[in-house]
Amino acid sequence: MSDWKPNIVVFACNWCTYQGADLAGSLRYDYPSTINIIRVPCSGRVEPEFIVAALKNGADGVFVGGCHPGDCHYKEGNYKAIRRFILLKRVLTSMGIEPERVRLEWISGSEGKRFAEVMAEFDRTIKEIGPNPVGRDGNGR
Amino acid sequence: MADKLKLAYFLSGGCGGCDMAIVDLSETLVDVLPNLEVVFWAPTVADVKYKDLEAMPDKSIDVGLYSGMVRLGEQEHIAKVMRAKCKVLVAWGICAALGGIPGMGNMHTKEEIYKTAYFDTYSTDNPDGITPQTRCVVDGKYELTLPEFYEYVRPLNQVVDVDYYIGGCPPHHSFVGEAILAVLQGKLPPPGSWITGGKAVCDVCKRNPATQGEGREPITAVKRTIDGAPAEGKCLLQEGYLCLGPITQGDCGALCPKVNIPCRGCGGPMPGVKDFGLRAIAAIAASMENEELVDQIPSPVKLFYRYSLPASMLGRKVK
Repeated sequence: MSDWKPNIVVFACNWCTYQGADLAGSLRYDYPSTINIIRVPCSGRVEPEFIVAALKNGADGVFVGGCHPGDCHYKEGNYKAIRRFILLKRVLTSMGIEPERVRLEWISGSEGKRFAEVMAEFDRTIKEIGPNPVGRDGNGR
Repeated sequence: MADKLKLAYFLSGGCGGCDMAIVDLSETLVDVLPNLEVVFWAPTVADVKYKDLEAMPDKSIDVGLYSGMVRLGEQEHIAKVMRAKCKVLVAWGICAALGGIPGMGNMHTKEEIYKTAYFDTYSTDNPDGITPQTRCVVDGKYELTLPEFYEYVRPLNQVVDVDYYIGGCPPHHSFVGEAILAVLQGKLPPPGSWITGGKAVCDVCKRNPATQGEGREPITAVKRTIDGAPAEGKCLLQEGYLCLGPITQGDCGALCPKVNIPCRGCGGPMPGVKDFGLRAIAAIAASMENEELVDQIPSPVKLFYRYSLPASMLGRKVK
């Protein structure tokens, strides 16, 4: 499994984390090529279905990035996001999926460097825990 | 109606409650019966054998109702026979539609279930370590067979194509009447859809704050039904009893909330929802006031997936 490269899906909120990713690019910070960013209007738009659909369709890790508490463009989207995320993580853990496979962080538009660092760190974590068991298990069925 | 409508009914992995829901129609059933010919109703009501069903010509039965999930080889076999013989096949009740209560067995492997059922339970005495086999020979000459116990529970649509789904554990008998009437009159939605009024439990619930001119507030506590009785006429979810009414079909007329029991989602998901449990997570978690409350929710998988685990996106515990 030495040539295995993880497939990581990042849901980035348009107003903070996506801008952070943009800044990371402008500042020429490197982050792993395993990261696939999907732009969403708000971290509150990321429904649990999105995360599980990603895992079921071959993602080895799923990352949700939103604005810092109090900074949400829609006032409370990120609060809804973290409550759903905590509950989903508990459910996924009971269902036999490693909790490290899903992660939520607040990354603002000015944190380009932090975006690159967090992505590198998440990529390392996923490489350590290996391929997603849902894929290993015959697409979950 | 010139010809009688031919009806077949099979109780698969269910408990018989869905059969009772039809019998509960009482006088309505008597009115409907002259238009119906029950050609197969096993194993509860009619004395018809599997070989009689297998001998019927293909597509000779107008409507087949299949209640219960598929766990055994026998259930899978009859599901396939029913599909071949029936023009319209209905997943009758939540077990056939989404897996139901027995579907929670998908949190465990077959080996774990066998270990509990045939070894670990207090009343079990099994020194030879015998578990069910599909074949066994008694006295060297009598060969006996048992259906295979599959690794996991499946809803009907993972075995054969299903035309319609009806939720409920069991479906409420007044709704059963409407559904049977719809089938008789041919007033059915496009194939593949749920037969439902399309309203949520909250929509038909008298406790809904909207019907009392009040708005919804964030939930400030997590309570279980043993933590005392809820206030009269007030929304259960608002008080902290985790009611799944917002995402569940309300063809039951909100029976459970009426008697202080929070909805557990037996009606099935609202149209358009792919994964009941995940949508329930989204709805319930987002209406909590803070993150600490979310951590207090007891046993979330078996709460949110109580009736729908085998039909969910993950389907079962990942090994």
